[in-house]
Amino acid sequence: MGVSINWLQEYVKISWTAEEVAHRLTMAGIAIEGVAKDNGDSILELDLTPNRGDCLGIINLAREVAALNGTDIVIPEINIIENHEEINKYINVKIDAPDLCPRYTARLVKNVTVKPSPDWMQTRLLSAGIRPINNIVDITNYVMLESNQPLHAFDYDLLSDAKTILVRRAHKDEKIITLDDIERELDSEMLLITDNGRPAALAGIMGGQNTEISDQTVNVLLESACFKNTCIRKSSRKLALRSDSSIRFEKGSDINGVIYAVNRAAVLIQQLGEGEVVAGICDCYPQPASLAQIILRPERVNYLLGTSLSSVQIKDYISRLRFDWHEEEGNLVVTIPSYRPDIEIEVDLIEEVARLHGYENIPATLPGGDTTQGGLTSYQKFQDRIKQLMISRFYEIINYSFISPRYLDMLLLPEESTLRDVVRVANPLSEEQSIMRTLLLPGLLETVSRNLARKNDNLAFFEIGSVFYPRSEGLPGEVLKLGAIVAGRLETNWLKQEIDMDFYYLKGVVENLLIKLGIDSISWVEVQKPGYHPGRSALIMGADRILGTMGEIHPLARQNFDIKPRACAFELDIKTMFELSRPRVMMEQITRYPAVERDLAIVVDEQVKAVQALDEIRESGGELLKKIVVFDIYSGEQVPEGFKSMAFKMTFQSGERTLTEAEVNGRMEEIQKGLSGKIGATLR
Amino acid sequence: MIDRLRQIKLQTEQRIAEVSDYDSLNEIKIKVLGRKGEITQLLRGLKDLVGDERVEAGKIANDIKNTLEKLVEDKTVELKKLEMEMRLKSEKIDVSLPGMPLPNGSQHPISRVADEIKEIFIGMGFSVAEGPEIETDYYNFEALNIPRDHPARDMQDSFYITEEMLLRTHTSPVQVRTMERLAPQIPVKIIVPGKVYRKDDDATHSPMFNQVEGLLIDERITFANLKGTLMLFAQKIFGEGVRVRYRPSFFPFTEPSAEMDISCVHCQGKGCRVCSHTGWLEILGAGMVNPRVLEYGGYDSEKVTGFAFGMGIERIAMLKYGINDLRLFFDNDKRFLTQF
Repeated sequence: MGVSINWLQEYVKISWTAEEVAHRLTMAGIAIEGVAKDNGDSILELDLTPNRGDCLGIINLAREVAALNGTDIVIPEINIIENHEEINKYINVKIDAPDLCPRYTARLVKNVTVKPSPDWMQTRLLSAGIRPINNIVDITNYVMLESNQPLHAFDYDLLSDAKTILVRRAHKDEKIITLDDIERELDSEMLLITDNGRPAALAGIMGGQNTEISDQTVNVLLESACFKNTCIRKSSRKLALRSDSSIRFEKGSDINGVIYAVNRAAVLIQQLGEGEVVAGICDCYPQPASLAQIILRPERVNYLLGTSLSSVQIKDYISRLRFDWHEEEGNLVVTIPSYRPDIEIEVDLIEEVARLHGYENIPATLPGGDTTQGGLTSYQKFQDRIKQLMISRFYEIINYSFISPRYLDMLLLPEESTLRDVVRVANPLSEEQSIMRTLLLPGLLETVSRNLARKNDNLAFFEIGSVFYPRSEGLPGEVLKLGAIVAGRLETNWLKQEIDMDFYYLKGVVENLLIKLGIDSISWVEVQKPGYHPGRSALIMGADRILGTMGEIHPLARQNFDIKPRACAFELDIKTMFELSRPRVMMEQITRYPAVERDLAIVVDEQVKAVQALDEIRESGGELLKKIVVFDIYSGEQVPEGFKSMAFKMTFQSGERTLTEAEVNGRMEEIQKGLSGKIGATLR
Repeated sequence: MIDRLRQIKLQTEQRIAEVSDYDSLNEIKIKVLGRKGEITQLLRGLKDLVGDERVEAGKIANDIKNTLEKLVEDKTVELKKLEMEMRLKSEKIDVSLPGMPLPNGSQHPISRVADEIKEIFIGMGFSVAEGPEIETDYYNFEALNIPRDHPARDMQDSFYITEEMLLRTHTSPVQVRTMERLAPQIPVKIIVPGKVYRKDDDATHSPMFNQVEGLLIDERITFANLKGTLMLFAQKIFGEGVRVRYRPSFFPFTEPSAEMDISCVHCQGKGCRVCSHTGWLEILGAGMVNPRVLEYGGYDSEKVTGFAFGMGIERIAMLKYGINDLRLFFDNDKRFLTQF
């Protein structure tokens, strides 16, 4: 909202420039976003925090300025010349919902002339962003801008003959056509101003069309009321209808300010010579509230702020705010004016002292007390270690935690897949972001797809993030995952060493990662997982537990994500990895006896898995076999159809003695025997 | 005979000096010093000499033989060295050619800045706490002094899962969870990094973003301590020269509340487009923990006090790395990521 400095100066003496006012208010917590120059005036652009809605009223803003520069404020006086009639003869007010409307007042102004308001008033309204309409409506808006109390004006003659206002909750399905010509459907949580059963206004939000002020209006009924902030806020949101009035009521209005505002409006109508004010105010206030009193302990001020303010200084700050106070046993008993509903407890007053003293005048010191160790837990360190290992080969990415349900179809997940059991966002920004991811894969694929579309190739990305699954009770489950994807090859180079980032490349990454994380006895088990190539995917097992899945992306899934080159991905469960990681390394003695290397090439049925051969070699090789490397896999010429050749390099070594030829030969024989017996291998 | 020996010596010396390859040197060696070589041949004639002459000739012959052998040896070393030099010369490569392109990677700027922030506070004795991204209304709002219908809920429109469950709108719920876990122990000294979600998506808002939250509860924690701690943080993350200022603000879970600005990192506070010509950049919100929040967490607000602060990691990363578009963080373009 914009506030004219010229207008503000009507209520408080200001010797500062507009920029200084803006700066000082900002540094005292009333944020001014900018200062605009306008025809010899300066307009302050307010950016208020939700607790200081009171400053939407220019008089309240003037109070802030006065507290800062130590001057007084001038509030326009109320001198009404009333006629000799009685308001009660004209109107009656009843409140049926005092919880939502604790106070309702009304005044009647007769014989008005509806016409445009004077230029000075129109200018001021425009400075605050309000469109002038006619003198009566403009005056209600003017008083609202001044006092922060929203007013409403009814065409008195359009009310029914009963002339009784009833404030009540709307009935379910009740309707009202508001001033903007829109029919609004109401519910029983909304508050209505009714006249003889007929809705006349949507309380605190907008008037009804049926009693709108027009050029023909002669008698005006002014409403100045207090409506419950939460009720206005809820109704306004439900109806998607915000008005200058509702914005103010939402933030809490001043229940004692209603009288001043209705009188001020009457005075203005009269001053402009446009009407005759009927004597008296119809004031329906079933349970008058008393002002809150809060005890402020000066030593608590210093205790919390770390200052050494004197009691005199503290009293001065409270006095500058024009809060009444008296002293009791060294403490201040402060009476909180009703226009400051944000002040509820002692710390709120301490903040008032702090901001008037100036945050810049509070010292800056480091906390005392015992020093603490701080740091990361071993699980947090483990996560950091994963990240450090991954960033040497992969680019870290961050994807949204919500995805499109479409992605689950694109990943070819069958209907009964548990990964389709998702946590749904009830009010997503769009369908595309409407479910919480149950796996990282869609985000990884989307990232690859987007990069390929931009001609970025040879891609290797990883992400560490949570996936979510519903639970019948309590919060949904959240599981931290490490996911990675590769597509393409290592950069083209003149060395002619083109390395495809394929299944075995990524498997190497995983093996290397797991070794570095201290996770051994890993096994890779063939598996068919939706989204993955049925012949090229594996479960990664550690001990008997599933660490995750790795595989080449199914060509159809790739097609769905518009990915042309082959791509491989894995997803690992970080908690499981942590639980399987060896807590610490124990060194094994390095033997000083020589190692003996032997090569062995066998021919086996092509269905035989490497792991079968390796297991057998390990078993027959016994303790002396320290290392096996698969160094060749071949099928083609010289190998019978349906068979393949596998070649291994084995290293034998003992920690206690130099191995003899005979010993190693014996082992080799065992191995050959084992291989031929178990997997039908023949020597090549 | 002696003359002949001297002649051989002279000739051989000259030939060794002229020789430039092994084979020729070897040839000379065999021809002169070999078993059937010239000197051996000559020495066979020694038996025809007698007395002193024989002794002298023998001595001279031996000296010459030794000298020549030494010469051959030296020449061998010289030739070896020469040969090595030739070989190295022929093995010369173009060192300007690119090296083997090993796979590369990088840490996302968000996680990098988060690590940097963590490290600074760990250095001050803070621990790192975490919490769920899907939260209950109680932890996200209620226990942080944001009751239903509180206007502050407008500040952060939320993604709901059910009426009682939502994607956390800030990392602050972890404050309450940690307090509940530790109360009445002191100190509570944590920072909380994590993803948060708000229903906003435009050039300056992302529906998911990252925050770091901090909380320190102990006896006699003051607003002055808050200022001191955050000042130190700002200097560590943006450099010694940075200036800070605090403005009163509002958060339901702190009172008094403050917003911390730093002098603009682009213009050093002179005023530029980045800081909207104010010279200042808003980087974090903070305040003294509201007594109601302390009570919700199980602490006696008369006995202990505390401060809390929170900041957007994206904001810090944008300022640190000169990133001008928030959306780049979640776009994951390789050309962006390779820069970090």
